[in-house]
Amino acid sequence: MTQLGEAPAHPLDAPRFAGPVVQCQNLSVRFGKNWALNDVTAVFPAGAVGLLGPNGAGKSTLLKSLLGFIKPDKGSIKVIDLDVATSPLEIRERIGYMPESDSHIPGMNAVSFVAYCGQLSGLPATDAMQRAHEVLYYVGLGEARYRNIETYSTGMKQRIKLAQAIVHDPDLLFLDEPTNGMDPKGRDEMLELIHDLAHHKNVNLILSSHLLPDVEFTCDHVVVMDKGTIATYGPIDALKGTTGRVYELRIKGDEARFISVLRSEGYEVHDSDEDVMRVFVPGAAGDNPKVLFDLAARERVQVRHVRPSVPTLEDVFARAVGEK
Amino acid sequence: MPIHDQGYRRYGGTRAGIGRAWQVMTRAGVMTIIAKRQFLALMLFAWAPFVVRAVQIYVAANFQQASFLAPKGETFREFLDQQGAFVFFVTIYVGAGLIANDRRANALQLYLSKPMTSAEYIAGKLAILFLFLVSVTFLPAMMLLLTQAMFAGSLTFVSNNLYLLPAITLFSLAQVLLASTTMLALSSLSKSSRFVAVMYAGLFFFTTALFNALRGITGRSSFVWLSPTASLEQIGDVIFLLPPRYQLSPSVAGLTVLILIGASLYILSRRVRGVEIVT
Repeated sequence: MTQLGEAPAHPLDAPRFAGPVVQCQNLSVRFGKNWALNDVTAVFPAGAVGLLGPNGAGKSTLLKSLLGFIKPDKGSIKVIDLDVATSPLEIRERIGYMPESDSHIPGMNAVSFVAYCGQLSGLPATDAMQRAHEVLYYVGLGEARYRNIETYSTGMKQRIKLAQAIVHDPDLLFLDEPTNGMDPKGRDEMLELIHDLAHHKNVNLILSSHLLPDVEFTCDHVVVMDKGTIATYGPIDALKGTTGRVYELRIKGDEARFISVLRSEGYEVHDSDEDVMRVFVPGAAGDNPKVLFDLAARERVQVRHVRPSVPTLEDVFARAVGEK
Repeated sequence: MPIHDQGYRRYGGTRAGIGRAWQVMTRAGVMTIIAKRQFLALMLFAWAPFVVRAVQIYVAANFQQASFLAPKGETFREFLDQQGAFVFFVTIYVGAGLIANDRRANALQLYLSKPMTSAEYIAGKLAILFLFLVSVTFLPAMMLLLTQAMFAGSLTFVSNNLYLLPAITLFSLAQVLLASTTMLALSSLSKSSRFVAVMYAGLFFFTTALFNALRGITGRSSFVWLSPTASLEQIGDVIFLLPPRYQLSPSVAGLTVLILIGASLYILSRRVRGVEIVT
């Protein structure tokens, strides 16, 4: 273990694993008669990748397949260039996993728990203990590290799960709904930690979440899942679209007919709250809302509200899931 | 200061090879158990029969009038039979929560996300119970043999009863393996260690009561296979070269014990998984 003040063996900016961290080929998993994953083929690049989808989309099943917990019925998976079927232990040595549900080893305080997890991952006892203290400070549990985990709040339990996942300095981190049950302040801090890990500490990570803002804040790439299949994937910026604009629009008149007209003109329309629809106008035409007013006049509907917006991950998600 | 400014460093030290995680688990489990005062008290009680037998051997070796107390091969068989009670209590105290507590705290997915197979997890947990059970069966029995040689000042008894070395080893192993695998299998079936303890006690008391009831009604003891405890007694008699006490082939009794151990291992292999799938 490098001591404080010495040059670390691996500088923080040193790349960990530059290639695709996960490659799935025709992956299918069936539970009874239902296909939880259906012919999934995807490549997860290095960096921070969000795994997005509604509940039941297959995100957790995919993560558990990557960990080797679930044996696929068909297809193959490679994690950091190692086959999950043949080298599960070599993979688990190099990954960290933060599960969705509350998980801890009973009867341990935080520092013993994290050090124990470090030892289970192969760290010598003294190194594991030293790193346990460090990562507990990093996740913001430094002052509470001698408390029994069973006395922790939900937010603290989320942090300790992150600490045990990073104590052995993994090449790839799987985070399953990391902000579940956290208050807004704790959630922001957790997202900052994840962002810092991905963008300043060069930890590759896959963040599974159904919360679009979480993924948008922490990740560069996204894989959108729906009903056990990949709906879309790619860099978030590219998926949001570089040209075109989103307008929030409220009209008075036959809304259903107007939406079908908008769609026939090639615009994407998604419902939002309180009769407000989000209309994506692609290309240069999107710079001016006049196209919407012209269409409204032609279809004899009144425009009651129009406000330019920017494409968000929500639009990408709605587009991808809607298309399916 | 933002939390993340407090530092996170790359790790440049050594890593143990794959396949050693179960040892970490066993070490931690043993340390946790021996830190409990109640358990230490239980261990003191468990070693009390050894002290009594050691005094018996001392008296027999040093006083002619008490030569009737001199140990025989049967003495060691009786000693291990007596230790059966402590095997029961230690199994419940140590074993009931071994997997049940992990299931309650959802720890299985944490363990199995580390470089560790489910077989290693089971081995790590079994080793904890195995070590404590060996320390109340095999260890005191062997020490008793050693004590006899020391007090007698010769190895005559040991050389005349050389079969005792494999007999003590084999019978202790049967006792320990049966108790530890059965308890661990039961522990994997529930999230409550108390419920597991009740199930274990129930299993042994109920099967013994059933066997004794049938024996009383029919007047025959061929229903030994119904009771793991009685089956173990039957095997013990054969191992210690004594006439079997029940009217059942010792091989059937042995098969009963083997089936129970096999079934327990099968249950463990089904229950120890990183994810529970309900279809």
